[in-house]
Amino acid sequence: MKILVVDDEKDVQVLFEQRFRKEIKSAEMQFVFAFSGEEALAYLNSHEHEAVLILSDINMPGMSGLELLGHIKQKYLKPPPVVMMITAYGDAENYNTAKRLGADDFLTKPVDFTLLKEKLKTIH
Amino acid sequence: MQFEFVVLIILFAYLRNNLQTKTRYPQWDKLLLGGLMLSVAFLIIDTTIKSSGVITPWIAHALFFSIIYLAITRKEFKPVLSIVYAIIPLVAINFIEDVVMLINVSFYDEWSSYFKTAGIFASIWLVAMLIINRRQRKALEKEQLKTAEKDKEVRITESLKAELEVQVAERTHALTIQKEELQHALNELNATQSQLIQSEKMASLGELTAGIAHEIQNPLNFVNNFSEVNAELIDELTQELEKGKIEEAMAIAKDIKDNEQKINHHGKRADAIVKGMLQHSRSSTGVKEPTNINQLADEYLRLAYHGLRAKDKTFNASMKTDFDASIGEIDIIPQDIGRVILNLITNAFYAVTDKKKKIPEGTSYDPIVTVITKKEKGKIKIKVHDNGDGIPSKVLDKIFQPFFTTKPTGQGTGLGLSMSYDIVSKGHGGELKVDTKEGVYTEFVIILPLST
Repeated sequence: MKILVVDDEKDVQVLFEQRFRKEIKSAEMQFVFAFSGEEALAYLNSHEHEAVLILSDINMPGMSGLELLGHIKQKYLKPPPVVMMITAYGDAENYNTAKRLGADDFLTKPVDFTLLKEKLKTIH
Repeated sequence: MQFEFVVLIILFAYLRNNLQTKTRYPQWDKLLLGGLMLSVAFLIIDTTIKSSGVITPWIAHALFFSIIYLAITRKEFKPVLSIVYAIIPLVAINFIEDVVMLINVSFYDEWSSYFKTAGIFASIWLVAMLIINRRQRKALEKEQLKTAEKDKEVRITESLKAELEVQVAERTHALTIQKEELQHALNELNATQSQLIQSEKMASLGELTAGIAHEIQNPLNFVNNFSEVNAELIDELTQELEKGKIEEAMAIAKDIKDNEQKINHHGKRADAIVKGMLQHSRSSTGVKEPTNINQLADEYLRLAYHGLRAKDKTFNASMKTDFDASIGEIDIIPQDIGRVILNLITNAFYAVTDKKKKIPEGTSYDPIVTVITKKEKGKIKIKVHDNGDGIPSKVLDKIFQPFFTTKPTGQGTGLGLSMSYDIVSKGHGGELKVDTKEGVYTEFVIILPLST
């Protein structure tokens, strides 16, 4: 399973690689990282149908996670991949917008990796 | 002899009147009045009794001499001295005439024409003296009148002076009160100004709060996550060691060390943000210290961005930086310059957000705020560029004025740019310039001299 993680914080890559090192080792999961919404879209364009799950931060400079979500769910890929939004602000407005735009799930920072792993496994 | 008594009567009356003896010298007045009465009496006697001609002239002479004597010896009679001098020749000639007539009548008869001539001359003398006296008196009176007028003028001047002094005192008092009132008002203004500066600082801190929360939350998440990962890794490390797999163990140990570095890095990041926040809320130390401008600008750019982002969910803009790494550290008051940078960045974000809201649906607009630092010719330039709507030329010369704001009421204090201007120019001997094109961009440039 290929997962695209979108976050403007570069250390997120190291963190995910450490957190999921067993899954990566066993090739159960494969991670790709993008550090902005634009980068994520570019990746999705060039690697169509590769990523089945997208984990995206909302609060990013430039294209926000919500805009990215809109692009993916409305204009891109059919069938659209599963998109989970992760945000530092777990407020109702963000949550509602994300849901309206078709987010499959909504997580707040700090991410509970145990919970995330379980969720990923159910999708799998 | 009647003539002499008439003269005497006139003389006495004149003396009394001229010297005003009635009020000024009552004792002389009695005497003069007595002389007057006597003269009147003898005039009557002289005209009625023919034979009295033997004695009356001598009485007249005596009266004349008394007057002459008094006039010469008494200083009270000084004003009438000239009149008395005028009559002396006449009196003297009459007296000599009478004496001669008494001693030698024939001699008198022989020389009578001479006596007559002398009498005429004495009379002329008298008249001339009277005229001169009259003139002198008139001149004197004129002089006196002048003096009196002068006195009057002096008195008027003095009273005016006194009046003026009173007025001056009143005005001085009023001015003193006014000065005190103004001083009071000034004090109040100063107090209000420092309150405003404080509230402006607090307002910008408020804008920062959400950004700060976000900026601290992120590194803290990393700290927590990496330390959790490390705990797991240490368990694995132990397991590998138990299995005797040294190489595996070494690899895990390296990961743990890397993670430690991450924890440390993010811990310091949070620390720097808290310190920056404290520095921002603290009143300026006013002390210049070596500061990394690039780091300061980057910190405030992130804080401003996340602050606005937290306040307005629809807010979005790209942040770009172009830092000149050769700048190194320069001597500035970090709190103050930080405030200026924050203010300019917040304005820039405000401008691009405003433009994005106004832009018609379907038009593509990519809001970008760029912070550029550059070292050139002994100066440091910090540019804050936005591709917002620019500043209309009609308000361009007002933007640095205190309380000028284009934001809706209650949203801006109008102090941001004016305070920024003061900080850069007065506080650091630098310049704050603006370059803008309506509808296209705005660029504020902080120019700081390298050596101050």
